[in-house]
Amino acid sequence: MSEALLAPSAAPARDTTPLLDIRGLKVHFKTDDGMVRAVDGVDITANRAETVCVVGESGCGKTVTAKTVLKLIDMPPGRIVAGEIRFEGRDLVPLPPAEMRKIRAKQIGFVFQEPMTSLNPVYTVGQQIAETVRQHEGLSRRAALDRAAEMLRLVNIPNPQRRVQDYPHQFSGGMRQRVMIAMALSCNPKLLIADEPTTALDVTIQAQILDLLDEMKQRLGMAVLLITHAMGVVAEVAQRVVVMYAGKVVEEATVEALFATPRHPYTQGLIRSIPRIDRAASVHARLEAIPGTVPSLLNPPVGCRFAARCRHAMPDCVAAEPPLREVAPGHKVACILYPEHRP
Amino acid sequence: MTNYVVRRLLIAIPSLLGISVILFTVLALAPGDPFEELATNPAIPPDVRAALRASLGLDDPVWTRYFSWLTAMLRGDWGYSFVSRVNVDQLILARLPTTLAIIGASQVLALAIALPVGVMAATRPYSVFDQVANTLAFIGFSLPTFFTGLLLILLFSITLDWLPFVYRADLTSTGWTWWGEQIRQSIMPVAVLGLFQGAAWTRFVRSAVLDVIRLDHVTTARAKGLPEGSVTLRHVVRNALIPVVTLVALQMPTVFGGAIVTEQIFRVPGIGSLLISAILANDTPVIMAVTFVFAGLVIFFNLLADVIYGWLDPRISYS
Repeated sequence: MSEALLAPSAAPARDTTPLLDIRGLKVHFKTDDGMVRAVDGVDITANRAETVCVVGESGCGKTVTAKTVLKLIDMPPGRIVAGEIRFEGRDLVPLPPAEMRKIRAKQIGFVFQEPMTSLNPVYTVGQQIAETVRQHEGLSRRAALDRAAEMLRLVNIPNPQRRVQDYPHQFSGGMRQRVMIAMALSCNPKLLIADEPTTALDVTIQAQILDLLDEMKQRLGMAVLLITHAMGVVAEVAQRVVVMYAGKVVEEATVEALFATPRHPYTQGLIRSIPRIDRAASVHARLEAIPGTVPSLLNPPVGCRFAARCRHAMPDCVAAEPPLREVAPGHKVACILYPEHRP
Repeated sequence: MTNYVVRRLLIAIPSLLGISVILFTVLALAPGDPFEELATNPAIPPDVRAALRASLGLDDPVWTRYFSWLTAMLRGDWGYSFVSRVNVDQLILARLPTTLAIIGASQVLALAIALPVGVMAATRPYSVFDQVANTLAFIGFSLPTFFTGLLLILLFSITLDWLPFVYRADLTSTGWTWWGEQIRQSIMPVAVLGLFQGAAWTRFVRSAVLDVIRLDHVTTARAKGLPEGSVTLRHVVRNALIPVVTLVALQMPTVFGGAIVTEQIFRVPGIGSLLISAILANDTPVIMAVTFVFAGLVIFFNLLADVIYGWLDPRISYS
């Protein structure tokens, strides 16, 4: 059992089709005030065994994008208006609910933001992990509980044999997030989507959870799609980064390229707004912030959505929406500052 | 757990004592004399009447009478009815099964309606089903039982002549015919009580389920790939049952109160109608005993609510 778990799930290194390929995804929500275009044409890819970070501020559509992959948004009011979500080449958008359930947890695991409320308070953590395993692998109750204990051991929870009998309220926030990760990984999925898994935790625990995610990825060989708003988290774990703003992708690059040469003014602003201990000590400069607020997604402005807050804005910015184009190998940006965007 | 129950039972003793003091005082202050019937009987000479009053202790001060009632009660002597000249405990024991059967059946009916309808309405909020269920529930618990009871009697007993409108405890038939007649005469009282409770609980179940259905752990359950039925039953209804069960147990005393009215309408010979006739006849020992039984039931169901609450919700600990 433990050997099977510790072995990488598969080694299709030659397979060049991306594991997850989101193309032109549009998710709109019907509200009393009108249609909210929460996700408005998003492309994200994740290759096997790769860690991709989706970063952006609150309300940029990153969580909706993540939840839409498993169709966990409420429909209605939400609706997938356009786009494809290809997982191993198969489009998940038209899949019927019964097929979708076979993908959830078995192929794609999901870790939520709030470990305090994401577990059911009336069942033991063992029962909750075992429930997932039984659903997908048809194990007996006994075997599923053994797997649950095995998973708790894997995520470094002490005394796993005894802890499976405990209820969620007997765990701290960090421990509950470990339980959530154990549950998401219990069926050995090929992709783990983690939606701000450390936001609700305090800083020391955040680092432990990020380390755990990284360790799990090394041992189990799955790909990770990590949603976050913290550039520090991005720098620590990502291989590739997708920057989202107001329901759109504005820049995509490897983590090295993004921090070395951020292209989009929004990304540049995000990086400048990271507090730096070396500067704080020498230069008496105020921490830079991006002025203004995110535009309403109810009636998004025409043209570049960042134009109103951009220090490089020019008249052409509001004329038409800049598409995402490659400006360097593997580095895409949606901004007319770059020659690739000029006709 | 056992400790907790024992502790709660011990706490119940002063509560019951307090209730009995209040009941006794109120009855002593109430106008009318339990001896009225004998007092107006011209065949009994005044000196015999005075001797009888003295021997029964009716002229003693209230507190003396209370303590003699209490000591007798504790010895198991519940006194005897002034009106029917039968021991009160026999009177209550003879009528309690009828009340329990009617109330039990009506509560089962109420839950059988409220649970499925409430859950279905909450899982499809603002749908046609939800709107219809809500409207019917609103009508159901707005109409008092004495009104629906009379309405049913008018319709099914008088106009259609399908069901008897008087509940008889002295059915002479035996075997299957007895069961048939028993069921036929129980239909209306059970329906009146059950539909009224069911309507109130439907709304409560609906709101309890709606509270749970939006919680994060329900999304987690979906993300685990569970079928929608399991998500609803295991992760929504199971959690929503915690407040529902508590409410049902706590409402039981109210149900007994409602049963008093229903028993009176359908002439069901239960302890509710016993209480009403005892009050009308100034039959103090019976009033005292029946209200005391009701008080005991209130305390018992409160305890039951707490125990079930702890059993359903592992976050509650009794240590």
